[in-house]
Amino acid sequence: MTIMKKLLTTAVASAMMVGGAQAEISNNTVKIGYLADMSGTYRDLSGPNGLKALEMAVADFGGKVNGSKIEIVTADDRNSPDVASSTVRRWVENDNVDMVAGLVASSVTIATTKVLEENNKLGLVNGSAASSITNEHCTPNHIHYAYDTYPLANGTAGAIVKEGGKTWYILTADYAFGHSMEKDVTAVVEKNGGEVIGSIRHPFPTPDFSSFILQAQASGADVIALANAGADTTNAITTAAEFGVTQAGQTIAGLVVFLTDVHALGTEVAQGLQLTTGWYWDMNDEARAWSDRFMEETGARPTMVHAGIYSSTIQYLNAIEKTGSDDSQIVRKQMMETPINDMFATNGRIREDGRMIHDMYLAEVKKPEESSGEWDLYKIVRTIPADEAFRPLADSSCKLVSSK
Amino acid sequence: MSMIFGVPMAVLYGQLLIGVINGAFYALLSLGLAVIFGLLKIINFAHGAMYMLGAMGTVILFDTLGVNYWVALFLAPVLVGTVGVLIEYFLLRRIAGQDHIYSLLLTFGVALIMQGILTNIYGVSGLRYSMPDVFKGGVNLGFMFLPFYRAWVIVAALIVCFGTWFMIEKTKLGAYLRAGTEDSQLMQGFGINVPLLVSLTYGFGVMLAAFAGVLAAPIYSVTPVMGSHILIVVFAVVVIGGLGSIGGAIITGILMGVVEGLTKTFYPPASSAVIFLVMVVVLMVRPSGLFGKEA
Repeated sequence: MTIMKKLLTTAVASAMMVGGAQAEISNNTVKIGYLADMSGTYRDLSGPNGLKALEMAVADFGGKVNGSKIEIVTADDRNSPDVASSTVRRWVENDNVDMVAGLVASSVTIATTKVLEENNKLGLVNGSAASSITNEHCTPNHIHYAYDTYPLANGTAGAIVKEGGKTWYILTADYAFGHSMEKDVTAVVEKNGGEVIGSIRHPFPTPDFSSFILQAQASGADVIALANAGADTTNAITTAAEFGVTQAGQTIAGLVVFLTDVHALGTEVAQGLQLTTGWYWDMNDEARAWSDRFMEETGARPTMVHAGIYSSTIQYLNAIEKTGSDDSQIVRKQMMETPINDMFATNGRIREDGRMIHDMYLAEVKKPEESSGEWDLYKIVRTIPADEAFRPLADSSCKLVSSK
Repeated sequence: MSMIFGVPMAVLYGQLLIGVINGAFYALLSLGLAVIFGLLKIINFAHGAMYMLGAMGTVILFDTLGVNYWVALFLAPVLVGTVGVLIEYFLLRRIAGQDHIYSLLLTFGVALIMQGILTNIYGVSGLRYSMPDVFKGGVNLGFMFLPFYRAWVIVAALIVCFGTWFMIEKTKLGAYLRAGTEDSQLMQGFGINVPLLVSLTYGFGVMLAAFAGVLAAPIYSVTPVMGSHILIVVFAVVVIGGLGSIGGAIITGILMGVVEGLTKTFYPPASSAVIFLVMVVVLMVRPSGLFGKEA
């Protein structure tokens, strides 16, 4: 090729590249990948119903954004960071996936957001709990939307100490999540003038809690806190009911409890349990209306994770519509500049560390006589305002927080 | 209050009692496994799933047909036992006489299929089953509060275990069974229908697992995956007790429950692993198990 031709080719190619970069939807399709636990311990709080919530959001948006169609692909991550990472890698490198939704096990989120950061795509995290996801593990390529362990510990523990629960006994699942939850709770209890008089680390998972409940009873603590989740929490609560723990005057504090856990236990066993939640299906008219539609599609009421998936997807599609682009940084910036007040969040906004802060709720499980239906399980005791609930930016070790 | 290694005596007694209760569960489950392996030489990896079917069956029977707990104690094991007989007749019989590994893989596959189907229908969070009214509450023994139901579990498990041991070791039916599995050609020569006996034995072993499941329904989470964790522990118990010994399985089950209970008191994080630790030591020192007969 002559020099002239080479120059011309380069000039035209560059012009085309520049023209094609910014305000455009890649491949004329917005492709969303739903990655969650579809068959294991966390299946019920996310799983196939989370996919339904995602599909509802896309359908309500009209199935298209700015003329481009919206496609959904799904995969079961089996709560394994390895399976999840390779799936997401394949999605973003070969399959043109623009956004990954769902994301349940905290270890899965921490692994996959690294892949998203390398490939400059976006992740909307709704299932995971660990507050480190917007702390030491924050990236510019994900938003932590529904909840995390910080407001859960803060809300529940803080409220119970103030109500008079001064002495605490903590049952901790012996792995990373449990340890970190125990640390957060101890800090909150001591800050509010309480005292942790004992704790036990039980293997994860543990089917029989009789021995541990016995020791917690023997300690005489005002409050028995459960720094565990899923089947461990429900087993511990069932055993505590059987051994007459609440009747004898001790309070049980569940730190990570989902609607599906309480539904599995029932009001007879779980009555009086105090917990913090990011959302409840019956908390206001807008939430109720959406939950009725969800119930028609799935036969069950939604957890805060399902609601978060719906809300975050709508916000995501709105941002694409406004900016005309599905580039992760442009969309994320737009989402950060948009306040969120919908069926999920009140006073919601996304901070620079990627944390979506919104009002959280302290709830108590109803007594059987107070409950009028299978899913009528919580009464909302107190609203915890967004700014109070989450980890303050001043305490953050996230690389994106400018004061660092 | 007197202490041992920093643990008050009262707490220790309570833990020992809990250990015996858990041991009763292990005894019941390892008995079924020992019957199936000891007599039929089948490594039954579906045992945990049968336990799960017993528990889930109890809840489903109650929810759909209003079957109460006492009827379920007999009905659920019979139904699950029938499932076991069908599995033996249609599946296990095809690989009879081959390497043990085939029975392991086949029963493992059956367990996975059952768990998968039930997870799809019922989810994993668990089904509710209320404690029967007659057992609600408990008695304060001074050193601990003992729920009535847990006391019932020990009684029921021991009755069934003893009944099974008696039947196999001391009755004519048991003799036929032991003889038939030692030398089936000879037994058939005497006119005994050995294949039928094998099917019924597998069904009976499975019934024991299902019975444990019914006992578990009011106190443990009833989920499609409840059997998978306990299965591994029960295999360890059977290995420690000795693969051929029925009585050994019962005693070892209770013993391991107590060992686990003590570990939960003095060093809880190891309580999941301690039974396997014991298994390793026993295998090194006495490979045929504590009560096993030298092969």
